[in-house]
Amino acid sequence: MTEAQTASIYSRRSALQLMIAGAAGLAGSNLLGKPVLARTALAKPTGRVIVGLGQEPTVFNPLMAHIEVDDGVHFSVFDALFRIDPQGVIQPNLAVEVPNQKNGGISEDGLKWRIRLRDDAHWHDGKPFSAEDVKFTLELIMNPNFRSWRTAGHALVRDITVISPTEISWRMEEAFAPYLSFLTETFIVPKHILEKEANPNNAAFNQAPVGTGPFKWGQRVAGDHLELVANADYFGEGPHIERLVFKYIPDLTVLYTQFKSGDVDLVGQPYITADYYGEAKSLPNRVVTLVPKTSFESFYLNLERPQFTELAVREALYAAIDKDSIIQGLYYGVPTPTETFMPRQSLYFNANLPKHEFNLIRAGQILDKAGWAPGADGIRAKNGVRLSFANSTTSGDPLREQLQQFLQQTFAQLGIEMKISNLPAAVMWGEFWGESQFDSVVVGSSYLIGADPDVTNRLHSRSIRAKGGRGSNNAQYSNPEVDALLDKGARTFDSESRRAIYQRIQELVRRDLPFLPLYQVNVVQGTKKGISGVVPNGNTRTESWNALAWYWAS
Amino acid sequence: MPRFLLNRFSQSIVLLVIVSIIGFTVLNLMPGGPLAQFGLDPGMTQKDIARLSEQLGLNRPLWNQYLDWAWRLIQGDWGHSYRDGSSVLTVIGRHLLATLLLMGTSTALAIAIGSWIGIRGATHRYSLFDYCATVGAMVALSVPTFWFGLIGIYIFTLKLGWVPAGNMYAIGDGSVLDYLHHLILPSLVLSLVHVAIWSRYMRTATLDALTQDFVKTARAKGVSERRILLKHVVGNALLPMITLAGVQLPSLLTGALVTETVFTWPGMGRLFLDSLGYSDYPVVMGLLIFSAILVVLGNLIADIVVAVVDPRIRLS
Repeated sequence: MTEAQTASIYSRRSALQLMIAGAAGLAGSNLLGKPVLARTALAKPTGRVIVGLGQEPTVFNPLMAHIEVDDGVHFSVFDALFRIDPQGVIQPNLAVEVPNQKNGGISEDGLKWRIRLRDDAHWHDGKPFSAEDVKFTLELIMNPNFRSWRTAGHALVRDITVISPTEISWRMEEAFAPYLSFLTETFIVPKHILEKEANPNNAAFNQAPVGTGPFKWGQRVAGDHLELVANADYFGEGPHIERLVFKYIPDLTVLYTQFKSGDVDLVGQPYITADYYGEAKSLPNRVVTLVPKTSFESFYLNLERPQFTELAVREALYAAIDKDSIIQGLYYGVPTPTETFMPRQSLYFNANLPKHEFNLIRAGQILDKAGWAPGADGIRAKNGVRLSFANSTTSGDPLREQLQQFLQQTFAQLGIEMKISNLPAAVMWGEFWGESQFDSVVVGSSYLIGADPDVTNRLHSRSIRAKGGRGSNNAQYSNPEVDALLDKGARTFDSESRRAIYQRIQELVRRDLPFLPLYQVNVVQGTKKGISGVVPNGNTRTESWNALAWYWAS
Repeated sequence: MPRFLLNRFSQSIVLLVIVSIIGFTVLNLMPGGPLAQFGLDPGMTQKDIARLSEQLGLNRPLWNQYLDWAWRLIQGDWGHSYRDGSSVLTVIGRHLLATLLLMGTSTALAIAIGSWIGIRGATHRYSLFDYCATVGAMVALSVPTFWFGLIGIYIFTLKLGWVPAGNMYAIGDGSVLDYLHHLILPSLVLSLVHVAIWSRYMRTATLDALTQDFVKTARAKGVSERRILLKHVVGNALLPMITLAGVQLPSLLTGALVTETVFTWPGMGRLFLDSLGYSDYPVVMGLLIFSAILVVLGNLIADIVVAVVDPRIRLS
């Protein structure tokens, strides 16, 4: 277990760095382990934490198609082979070490994987966890009758072999580095329970899951709450609280009210709405933190439209966006301006990209120089192409609509005509979006799958659906250098080498501006004072990724 | 009577078929669908979505899906929720009691208070009480319930701290007293609107009864006003109320969409909203059929009760 211990020390050190930096603002605990200051005081799990959620968790088999809000339950009841820490570093969990080419866990060509597993993990029913469970899990995901969640990466796995109860190996159809981070979100399910089920989609297990995780299934009152109880035999450190409750409160104003009144200890997904951020910060006995998410908002362009083919136009539009006013004026100062699709909490984030500067005069000069001159109607044009375009987003989103109107007015000052044409969500994000039928779009989304930096699906020229590709490169961005780097990055396992690759990609994308990055999304997380060990992790989708480390300071 | 019931039964079947066809079609025409929630999940490929669509049978033509659903329903299989995999009847069962508790309390309150206000308003027509009741009813009917709900929470929870801000019970408690404590605010807010409706109907019905010949006769005979009211007026005024109660009966079990959401009440109304939001077709259809059956039953019961109570009416 030496490797696991090393990993644990590593995460403790990074937690200390984090604390010193004040990024989390919550002192006194390491990331995945026992509270540093109260090591002996917490022999037995005590107390209860109520997490308030605006959507109801309903999918408890972690391998089935599910949404973000279900993640908190999965992270608490189950374990994956690995977990990802707040710094974006992959740590072992049910595996005793993270495989790489240096330790021989992954072969030089990246095709053969060999994972060593813990020998001290048990299912909540007392049965030991073994490599057979891992094999069963990976096979169930690819079972054509099973309503699996994501199959990317898993579809490449071949010849799964159980070498011993604590060792498993497989072969990959092609070298695919992102798979390691996909495995941090692939929770292992018990073979001895699920193999007996004729139809895994309607198994009783799906309503009363059995995992290896720090919390056992308690009870669920549909439409109201579900309760997990501490697993005293957990192999890792923790849990320190006896009961973990996820309470469903559909109305977000009421969710915040219950946080204020103390009925809810922690506001999870979808968190405190931005308009309450200012008030929430001043509440007594509450800790309110901005937590970065992986998604970012951008002014997204269809590069095949003649208005946008020229870089000068995109640069001018970017210079004409007053990001500060937008963030402060419309979004209550909650989001963080960004220059890239890579979230800042990622290991691969490039912090040295050129900083955007709002400058209307410069924007005008760029257009003048490129030959876009105002026509008789005041709108700029070049070679018969008028600088006029439509902008679309989900209708009924008041903030985005205000953003559009704000940009429309600024662009008009430059002789650029922007028409607002919004559509209902389902129409907007259907073919209109996927087949690149738009001029420009205001969109917020994550480019990363899990926390892996691979963005082939978004930026590779192979991923343009309108040109017969598969993926979501709906801007129709095509840069051979980016393509080559993306291909290389997906085959490279060493994180330092990968970092160089993805930082270069960010540089190129920042230069080419296939979309104009506006801001990275932050959420307003609220906790009651006295709960320790709550460390936000923007590399996961849930606030409850480490409930095992939470405890009430006495 | 048996012929009447048979007639009603066959009418109801036709009604259920029409309701289900319309419901199924409208539901499926709604853009989005059950897989839309995965649309912006960066890790789910087109292939993943297509696979799920096939597994759920969503890629079949609409008529095929409908007939399949209807055939299973006839055999007693209401289907399984797309969200949590439980059978639809189980899902409905989980939410039924919560709704019955909330709606039962608020309806009982509404009938009692509403009837009293209506009768008093009619007997004291154009008095200050009557004006206040009329204006109050108009306000209660025109202001949205969520506003009353939020104001109620603001005043009675945040400012005064008298009642909890929603939920059916405190997690870890769940005693009878705790349920009652949680019931106060939502049932009062919900009964506001119902009181308004009941008082208006009751006022009109009472006024109507007051002008009847038998009331004049009773007065001429020197019967006391109190006795006239209790013995002759209220009984007759309550007759149209039975029909109203029949119409309202289904809502006892189908719940209140808005109030249940504001007060985090785990009832049928919220189940419907949530299921609609996730396009959980089997549950939405199940709820639709369930409430259609209740509407049919509610009206049937009202008709029978009216016939029993009012000797002038014969069912045939």
